[in-house]
Amino acid sequence: MAKYPTEPLKCWPKAKELRNNFYKNFDKAKEEGGLRWMGSAWAPDAVVRGLGEDVYSVTGEPYGASCAFDKPLSSKFLNAAENYGFARDLCAYMRNYWGSILCDEYALGGGKFPKADFAWSQHICCSHAKWYQNACELEGGVPLYCVDVGAGAYPPFEPEMYQHRVKYVADQMLDGIDWLQKVTGREYNDDLFFEAVWNDMRLTSKWAEICMLNRAVPAPLDEKSIYSLYVFGVLEQSNREFADFYDEVYDEIKDRVDRGIAAIPEEKARVMTDTQPPWAFLKIYRYMEQWGAVSIGSLYTFGLGGTWLYDDENNEFLPRAMPDKKPETREEACMMLADWHLSKPEYQHFYHPDYKTKMMDAIAKHWKVDGIILHYNRGCEGLSVGIAENRLGLLEKGHKVMAYEGNMGDEREFDEAATINRLAIFLESIGLEKPKK
Amino acid sequence: MAIEKFQEWYENRHEYQTDWKKRTNEKMIGYFCTYVPEEIYYAFDILPVRIMGSHEIQDVTEPHLFAMFCPFCRDVLAQGLKGRYDYLDGITIGQSCIHLRQAYTSWEIHKNPGWSHYLPMPNHVQSPRAVPFLMGEYDILIKKLEKLTGKTITDSDLNRGIELMNNVRRTMKEIYEFRKQDNPPITGLEAMYMTCSQFFTDAREWLPVAQEVKKELETRTLDRDPGKRLLLVGSENDDIEFIKMVETLGERESVGATIVAEEHCTTTRYFWDEVEEGTGNPLTAIADRYVSRTPCPSKDWPRRTRLQRTLMFAKDFNVDGAIVIQQKFCDPHETDIPFVRKFLEENDIPTYFLEFDVTTAVGPFAIRVEAFLETLDAEDDLF
Repeated sequence: MAKYPTEPLKCWPKAKELRNNFYKNFDKAKEEGGLRWMGSAWAPDAVVRGLGEDVYSVTGEPYGASCAFDKPLSSKFLNAAENYGFARDLCAYMRNYWGSILCDEYALGGGKFPKADFAWSQHICCSHAKWYQNACELEGGVPLYCVDVGAGAYPPFEPEMYQHRVKYVADQMLDGIDWLQKVTGREYNDDLFFEAVWNDMRLTSKWAEICMLNRAVPAPLDEKSIYSLYVFGVLEQSNREFADFYDEVYDEIKDRVDRGIAAIPEEKARVMTDTQPPWAFLKIYRYMEQWGAVSIGSLYTFGLGGTWLYDDENNEFLPRAMPDKKPETREEACMMLADWHLSKPEYQHFYHPDYKTKMMDAIAKHWKVDGIILHYNRGCEGLSVGIAENRLGLLEKGHKVMAYEGNMGDEREFDEAATINRLAIFLESIGLEKPKK
Repeated sequence: MAIEKFQEWYENRHEYQTDWKKRTNEKMIGYFCTYVPEEIYYAFDILPVRIMGSHEIQDVTEPHLFAMFCPFCRDVLAQGLKGRYDYLDGITIGQSCIHLRQAYTSWEIHKNPGWSHYLPMPNHVQSPRAVPFLMGEYDILIKKLEKLTGKTITDSDLNRGIELMNNVRRTMKEIYEFRKQDNPPITGLEAMYMTCSQFFTDAREWLPVAQEVKKELETRTLDRDPGKRLLLVGSENDDIEFIKMVETLGERESVGATIVAEEHCTTTRYFWDEVEEGTGNPLTAIADRYVSRTPCPSKDWPRRTRLQRTLMFAKDFNVDGAIVIQQKFCDPHETDIPFVRKFLEENDIPTYFLEFDVTTAVGPFAIRVEAFLETLDAEDDLF
């Protein structure tokens, strides 16, 4: 008899359909006279929405993750990037992406890699803008615009949100609108932009609320499922359909909590992780399930596509509340969007590891975590920045922490057997028993 | 010879700096990247000193820095963890790569000297929005420095800082002119001692020595065959041992070389561009200079502006070839390298790529550099 009842997620088929349509839309955009653009998961995509309803993107990070899941294909792409002269220690998503261009092969749906009309991205990690600068060059000269969001940490990690910082980001967006009109020859529709800004806030705030539901015991979601759901917040944050979908997901997960439906029927212990997983080896989550360990999520899955604020006084981590009203002018929309994006929890750790340690400590406490698993991810310098100090900081706060080394997008840098051994020792150390065969 | 003073300062930086504090009783701030506006620190009579590594095998940074981050940032952090800079009054960094940032934050956590400042230097330096943003950041910095020193500064103080640093830059460029000669009277090694010693010393004390060196170079002749003329391109590099190895190859092998120019943040990226003087708004002029200087590759987008500057050096210094050096794990440069190599080769500059680690022995690189030098003499293949 299982400890808790469980059942499949009802939203699962719709999640698959939305995701497939997203990639298909990018591929087929030209057939209907639409536009294609490429950019990072954190690109302020709401700004591009002002160009019209027929403008589709491919988002580099989830695309790179999808490549990584297919080991032979990924190997081909990674080799192509290395043969071109790119170092093997660069971001694995980026190398998969460049490899796709170099091989002229689209990992999602097959065929040739669809050439973008322009690139629109953001920059906080050393590689973000360089990723698309190089992709544009490899595609034979695609125009590029990037918004620098490296404008400093958000309160409470800074004493205040200095207005010149918000304005710097907002002004780049304003300039970006002029640039978008110039490179596409299209008129800009501010109403579409305002709606998109609102959808960005709706979606990212709602995702945080969905993650809050995972404070429940038993957890209604395990992290492996969360990976399939959080992706909408990184595919296109301003997408109305995605935002509406999150409302449905919220209702379903709330219902699971109310009825005590568990993701893992034998939940005995709760762990949290950090950074992207090694996508080709998600079976490590299944392995933990056999021990009765549920991974409730991570700062990564909660914060990548969710907007939260850390409360230093109460060591709390809560969804950021929506603004009172929608923007009414272009300038106001850019300021609102800039301020919203600058508060992203996953931006804060770029400035100091202590900020991330605090947020992770709050998650561990409020999501009732028994152990923390850090992925020292060779594939992503941006999310691995400061991770060794996070380990020390979390240990100092009394958490049980294990680390394993790997790579989210390059399977050559993941030692499956060694990681499983480490996990076994760690799970024993948090009081779980080795599952009987 | 005055030129020997640079090496002495380079090798005895800590002795110099502790002595400076005793002599002046002024504050000293350690900085991690050349995006820190030294002019503002000098305006407060604070001595900014750049923190660099010691080229030793790593033994203390493993718990603090994940091994995929560059050896230079680990080497820099080691200096702090080993207590070699305990005399500093503060530390600061100008936002550049996230590798070096970790050396700064780990240092701040474990060896906090009591004052620290993270300057969010804009990355989008090609945007007209960068200078106003940086001005806002300078205002925050100045307020913090006022607290640290108990002083306030005027435009006149800022102009003093600008004039001083511009004099340093001009003098370095004048000395670099000598490297354009067929038989340069200054080696690449000596030039590296010159630029790096300035990081470690008070510019007001470094300048008179540099002026004297300039005079010496007018009549100096080196008793060596300069061999092939090389340009170094790439990441931070103050690897004296590497440069020494390259420039003494000719003593042991049939081919030799002299490094006549670099595109590095220890040299030209640091000093080539000046602050405009006499604008009436010195703070804006400083911001403008740091935004428009030759950028670190992490800031060189959407256009890759470094390429033209690199080619200019290659031509002006009449190089026979370029060695493109990459600090292992240095993502900003790694993203540029295939394009830098392609660009130089398209412009008839033979290039050779070396992945480098400042904390490991230089021996294995000797045979590779020698092979590259030999190719520079090789006649074209028949087929």
